[in-house]
Amino acid sequence: MTLATPLCDWHSTHGGRMVDFAGWNMPVQYKGIVDEHNAVRTAAGLFDISHMGRLRFTGPDAREFLDEVQTVDLSKLKTGQIRYGFMLNESGGILDDILVYDWPDAPQLVVNASNREKLLAWMTPLATRYAVSIEDLTLTRAMLAVQGPHAIDIAAQLLGDEVRQLKYYTGKPMTWSNEPVLVSRTGYTGEDGVELIIDSGSAVALWQAVLAAGESVGILPSGLGCRDTLRLEAAMPLYGHELSEEIDPLSAGLSFAIKLSKAANFIGKTALEKIANGTIPRPRVGLALDGKRIAREKTAVVSGENVIGEVTSGTFSPTFQKSIAMAYVDAAFAEPGTRLEVDIRGKRESATIVPLPFYKRNS
Amino acid sequence: MDLAALKYAKTHEWVAIEGDVATVGITDFAVQLLSDLVYIDLPKPGKALKVGESCGEVESVKAVSDVYAPLAGVVTETNPNLGDNTEPLSSDPFGNGWLIKMKVSDLSGLDQLLDRASYEKHCESEAH
Repeated sequence: MTLATPLCDWHSTHGGRMVDFAGWNMPVQYKGIVDEHNAVRTAAGLFDISHMGRLRFTGPDAREFLDEVQTVDLSKLKTGQIRYGFMLNESGGILDDILVYDWPDAPQLVVNASNREKLLAWMTPLATRYAVSIEDLTLTRAMLAVQGPHAIDIAAQLLGDEVRQLKYYTGKPMTWSNEPVLVSRTGYTGEDGVELIIDSGSAVALWQAVLAAGESVGILPSGLGCRDTLRLEAAMPLYGHELSEEIDPLSAGLSFAIKLSKAANFIGKTALEKIANGTIPRPRVGLALDGKRIAREKTAVVSGENVIGEVTSGTFSPTFQKSIAMAYVDAAFAEPGTRLEVDIRGKRESATIVPLPFYKRNS
Repeated sequence: MDLAALKYAKTHEWVAIEGDVATVGITDFAVQLLSDLVYIDLPKPGKALKVGESCGEVESVKAVSDVYAPLAGVVTETNPNLGDNTEPLSSDPFGNGWLIKMKVSDLSGLDQLLDRASYEKHCESEAH
């Protein structure tokens, strides 16, 4: 069965081109990927991200339980703080990359739509040893992302100046139109912005209010197509592409999100300590192609006659007008400036290793 | 271009025939579906093509699509204005955005292609 967000009808009646994404009927684009991408980089875009899994943890052992099943240190997290982290298997492989929110009432996780059911099935037996309940709020709440240089101004029109006080990666419960909204200064585009969690019944009204507030600056409803090109320019990993159960966070270049000093013995910690003490055989790198063809997922990266890596995501960057990709390559070839080739459907194209991210906003 | 005078393949190529020379392009429907075109790869003149053989690629931000030969024959010319520049195809798929000209070896292949009305019906069913 395909799941639909509370905004599904709005999307299909407003030019949204609907596709199946991780079991959800989602808009890949409305006006066009490039127009929507540019709107987010220069003005603002509005995304329906209600497909993301929202899980709430209550009970006396909620924090202790979370400290075992994921990498973020709950004992160090203060109310209102948000951290990026991982759920790992015993070998350090990534079950999912997640956001941990310390809301005043209870901690919540936002997980990938594609992994929500897997994680629930994985956590349920582990949770029996703790006094914790896991509540899946995914189907009763909607989640919207307002992203772009004008996003905060737009959000402030709806939520008041309180939203301007939020620091990056913090959140606060606020009210809009007498409805509670969880507001966080987070995103997946490389731009400033907020993400809003609201009761499903109010999703369409909030969506329309954001569009109205952003109309004068040219806000566009934005689909998953530009969400992908935006996150790729910002070198943010996507589960199923850069991340999988066979990849650990250190190889993925995400050591900033791992605190091995965390006291609690989280699952995968021992494996990560071992990996951290060795060398990474195949790190994640950025590639800039000389030509315009796109090196998509699974494209082989070659040097002479040898396959030395594989592309995980590639696109034509609307911001730089250049074909870019992320890949895992053998460490000997990972230095920025290294010249390589990619084999795109039997034809070789030249490429150079470049530092990540491709795009960083001026803050 | 009189769209009713063209023949169409289910894979969204159009054909204009003059004697035994066919001009081949892809339709507005295909261009819209791809949207945000990036790059067009075309065969070299002299290449012999079978019906349904892949003879080029149209790459968009979202996906890459093969172009299939709607008729059998030999490529005589490719559109010199296409390649890194995709604008002629985006803006004028039935005119300046043509892809290749070919000398057709078997004109009876035309009978296997769709007329405009049948093609439009086919698009409707695909869009659904």
